[in-house]
Amino acid sequence: MSDTLKVTTPSDREIVVTRVFEAPRSLVFDCMSKPELVKQWLLGPPGWTMPVCEIDLRVGGRYRYVWRGPDGSEMGMGGVYREIVRPERIVQSELFDQDWTGGETVGTALLTEEGSRTTLTIKVLYSSKEARDGALRTGMTEGMAAGYDRLAKLVASMLAEEVK
Amino acid sequence: MTPEGLDATFAALADPTRRAILARLASGEASVAELAGPFAMSQPAISKHLKVLERAGLISRSQDAQRRPRRLEAKPLAEATEWLENYRQFWEASFERLDALLDELKTREK
Repeated sequence: MSDTLKVTTPSDREIVVTRVFEAPRSLVFDCMSKPELVKQWLLGPPGWTMPVCEIDLRVGGRYRYVWRGPDGSEMGMGGVYREIVRPERIVQSELFDQDWTGGETVGTALLTEEGSRTTLTIKVLYSSKEARDGALRTGMTEGMAAGYDRLAKLVASMLAEEVK
Repeated sequence: MTPEGLDATFAALADPTRRAILARLASGEASVAELAGPFAMSQPAISKHLKVLERAGLISRSQDAQRRPRRLEAKPLAEATEWLENYRQFWEASFERLDALLDELKTREK
């Protein structure tokens, strides 16, 4: 399927997310850079809202996001725009308030248009091996022993698909 | 699992030959010669890849002293996947909302 999300780790400092949208890239670019649009979709799991979404879209300008969960807990992040090429590219620094990525990361959003479709590629580059390790540590969940085999089979079939 | 362990897992998975080896081992254990078969690579070259996979804890050797077949170890793969899965879920949920928003904006533009 064309709109399937892809998440890959091309190097030990990167995570890359790719997704195709049925829309011109100027529209996708707007959705990624206008606060009134961003706060409508960049919400993660159901139940979360975005009470703070401030964007100063210029090189050197800052942005600030705060999410609020169903239990009232908040999570914030922000950074500075380093490069803006409308409607194809945004490069920004990223830092979570709790700093669970172990230091600043650099996010690059790339938009390519083909026909009526837009491919969005988001690359997150960690500043160092230690920073990436910090993110990995936080992302870990305990007590999933029972699921290991099932997951491994899933991974193996994903790997097999990739080899074909 | 330690962050160093995860690091080794991701590094080991970054190579296409090593992913192909893991995919082969997912369907059952295999000797070095059997693993080298489908690749245009010498057995020593394959052995080098196997060492990386072994150090990352992704494969182990069976007791059979003659063939010393390698087998897939599920746990590190699952841990690396779990982390990526959380990440994926955030984006999956967000992008579904973005699909709906884009549809709405396209309609409004017409």
